[in-house]
Amino acid sequence: MSKISMTVNGKAVTAEVEDRTLLVHLLRDHLNLTGTHVGCDTSQCGACIVHIDGRAVKSCTTLVGQANGANITTIEGISKGDELHPMQAAFRDNHGLQCGYCTPGMIMSAIDIVHRHGGDLDEETVRQELEGNICRCTGYHNIVKSVLDAASRMKVAQAAE
Amino acid sequence: MGIEGIGASVVRKEDRRFITGKGRYVDDIKIIGMTYAHFVRSPHAHAKIKSIDVEAAKAMPGVVDVLTGQQIVDDKVGNLICGWAIHSKDGSAMKMGAWPAMAPETVRFVGQAVAVVIAESKNLARDAAEAVVVDYEELPAAADIKAAIAPGAPQLHPEAPGNIVYDWEIGDQKAVDEAFGKAANVVSFELTNNRLVPNAMEPRAAIADYDSAEEHFTLYTTSQNPHVARLVLSAFYNIAPEHKLRVVAPDVGGGFGSKIFIYPEEMVALWASKKVGRAVKWTGDRSEAFLTDAHGRDHVSKAELAFDKDNKMLALRVTTHANFGAYMSLFSSSVPTYLYATLLSGQYNIPAIYTEVIGVYTNTTPVDAYRGAGRPEACYLLERLVETAARQLKVDPAELRRKNFITQFPHQTPVIMAYDIGDFNASLDAALKAADYAGFPARKAKAKAEGKLRGLGFSCYIEACGIAPSKAVGSLGAGVGLWESAEVRVNPVGTIEILTGSHSHGQGHETTFAQLVADRLGIPINQVSIVHGDTDKVQFGMGTYGSRSAAVGMSAIFKAMEKVEAKAKKIAAHQLEASEGDIVIENGEFKVTGTDKSIALPMVALAAYTAHNLPDGMEPGLKESAFYDPTNFTFPAGSYICELEVDPGTGKTSFVSFVAVDDFGRLINPMIVEGQVHGGLVQGIGQALLENAIYDDTGQLVTASFMDYAMPRADDVPSFKVSHTETLCPGNPLGVKGCGEAGAIGASAAVINAITDAIGNNKLEMPATPDRVWHAIHAA
Repeated sequence: MSKISMTVNGKAVTAEVEDRTLLVHLLRDHLNLTGTHVGCDTSQCGACIVHIDGRAVKSCTTLVGQANGANITTIEGISKGDELHPMQAAFRDNHGLQCGYCTPGMIMSAIDIVHRHGGDLDEETVRQELEGNICRCTGYHNIVKSVLDAASRMKVAQAAE
Repeated sequence: MGIEGIGASVVRKEDRRFITGKGRYVDDIKIIGMTYAHFVRSPHAHAKIKSIDVEAAKAMPGVVDVLTGQQIVDDKVGNLICGWAIHSKDGSAMKMGAWPAMAPETVRFVGQAVAVVIAESKNLARDAAEAVVVDYEELPAAADIKAAIAPGAPQLHPEAPGNIVYDWEIGDQKAVDEAFGKAANVVSFELTNNRLVPNAMEPRAAIADYDSAEEHFTLYTTSQNPHVARLVLSAFYNIAPEHKLRVVAPDVGGGFGSKIFIYPEEMVALWASKKVGRAVKWTGDRSEAFLTDAHGRDHVSKAELAFDKDNKMLALRVTTHANFGAYMSLFSSSVPTYLYATLLSGQYNIPAIYTEVIGVYTNTTPVDAYRGAGRPEACYLLERLVETAARQLKVDPAELRRKNFITQFPHQTPVIMAYDIGDFNASLDAALKAADYAGFPARKAKAKAEGKLRGLGFSCYIEACGIAPSKAVGSLGAGVGLWESAEVRVNPVGTIEILTGSHSHGQGHETTFAQLVADRLGIPINQVSIVHGDTDKVQFGMGTYGSRSAAVGMSAIFKAMEKVEAKAKKIAAHQLEASEGDIVIENGEFKVTGTDKSIALPMVALAAYTAHNLPDGMEPGLKESAFYDPTNFTFPAGSYICELEVDPGTGKTSFVSFVAVDDFGRLINPMIVEGQVHGGLVQGIGQALLENAIYDDTGQLVTASFMDYAMPRADDVPSFKVSHTETLCPGNPLGVKGCGEAGAIGASAAVINAITDAIGNNKLEMPATPDRVWHAIHAA
């Protein structure tokens, strides 16, 4: 057992967990943040993606110890109160989700993509960058649309700041 | 229609919880004192269980109990059932072996459960499962159809000699033989429809909670049809009587057919919960999904199509071997028969069709309905045949299709189906235009000059959806009726709850169903809640599959709405001292036509519940229910055109464009409909280019993870050009046909037809990987 401490969605968290505990299980089972999902056992599908110190990481293959002291953001932590993050709003407005299971990971991954590329995204780049996120429902068509839409919304928001 | 009514692309009401991480899937649910199950599964495709030693596992930390297959048999839990009786052409019933929830004596596929560990945590259960010692005596395995039907093949079930479940036929063999006898041209080939793994992103899960005081079970499970689950668990598996079993299917992360069926894991969870006296949770991991979710497709077929001298189709003859895996899953028997062979007429006037389907047991995961279920197999076979015929007869593939299109409706095919309506020329014309077919030769020549092989392929599909008139399916062997139910509750303050037997696991029912109500009453959709997925809340219903929720589920809501409106109009007329016939409903108000007198819906509802001033003899309340049984299948149809390029150096395929023109009848929410098409298309493209469930000769699934099984990813597929034509379905009050499966049905043939057009070699099987395409180029 190890004692860990980290910041999750802006709140300090400490927990005593088995050394083999994965970050996703800490989030889901100990902190009740069930928006982060597990879709595979092999780091392929990306349903489990969260931000660790601002970077998209697959929490199903991150031991809690590796995230000790880190700043974690999950899907539950990106909207400001009732105000959706532009990526969340873009997914809703472009029908970028159906069953919703891959969606939190998609959104967390997509935010990271936009951060890394700024607003200069095109369809091909988005498709390549989403390589690590599998969706079985949407055929990606509207997810790509959502990410491109959010990229321009985020650019506008940034310019306004 | 109003801004939120039928035909409006309203954003989805349910999305907010999914985009904020507030969705509530089975694995998100916790129950106080809950234990965790982990299954011990067979590593062998075929073996006798000589012994199981659970003592070491029972002594492991945190272990509550370890239960085995023999115990579940001893407790008289029923075997899994197949709910659709098919008879062979000699009249005999299909031949089925028993499928216990955990194997007591013999395992017949890799991944079959033999024991289960119940422990205080997931990890402790997994640890202890490693300590369960199972002594197997390996037996030879039949890993595919060819191996299973070979002389001397290993036999799976004594009940099914030769591993044959049935040898079924449809159509007029004599008429077909005669037509072939006078044919001017015959086109024939053999083809495989590759096995697929559905892979909904949420793995299956179940939480069973037994209340010993009430002798009552609650099951939270990943189901497309919770009432059917309750019925089967109760009537056939002896878990509990229906009134003592509540089944809840909360948010479900995709189904695609794979979550229709009642699987061993939820049966074991229920049984184990009573045995250990605590709630039991099982959450499958992706490896278990690959090994135990019912797979799809897996046909090997021979097909011949006869033409007269004018290139009119005369007859079709097909022989198909269908792989059922090791056991007959819940609706498996109907898939290669009534959902496949009945669609082999496609969009064409084919006077005579004869099809023989041989169902085969193999030592593989059971196979059942997967998005499209039989119809993709029919479309792929027929559309490859027609494209091949066009090349062989040296005619334009669009014109050959057009020449043979059915143009008069209703049309009775030789294989049961009576198409009610359609306009196949309209969808083909629209697709040709969207794909700029006229400009293709120039584009092909340009690509050639750049060293690329460019091809264009068609697929004109038809499907039968709604599934289906209960009397009809009953006469064909179905164990259930296929109607749907709905209840409309108008609350005393005028908000509305719709309780539906349909189940949404991505389809957006909470929005589209509310749009129907908004359309009829002229109220905002946020005044309407859709309640589904809980047998304690919702009246018995049949669930969601076969693209049926709009055509059948919404028709039931429509009927219940009519009853509610009729009563509300009586109340309004009474309140307004007007004649009932003069009342019209507009913008949430009941108006006396031609006057300025009106009463708002909330006041009518309040009057219904206060009952202070109702017409004489009227019951209080405003709530009605309806059951809707469809009068026919619905027949969505369309034309898909795929244009792509092949790199002759690598065999790699790149999409240029993909056009989909569908006729789904009336569209409730075009945005959602298009989303369904996109998703279906990618599942069809996945089958055509990427996906393949491969077993080795010993029956090991060698593609049992996302690292080995090529799921379509964002950079494998294009954006789509989706549009619609419209002939309204005459069989239901909304004129809708269903849109959930079309993409998966039509896409694969268009892709393969395009590749074979590009490379000039028709000998190509799915998935058309670069390796296969490269070899086909060099074999040509």
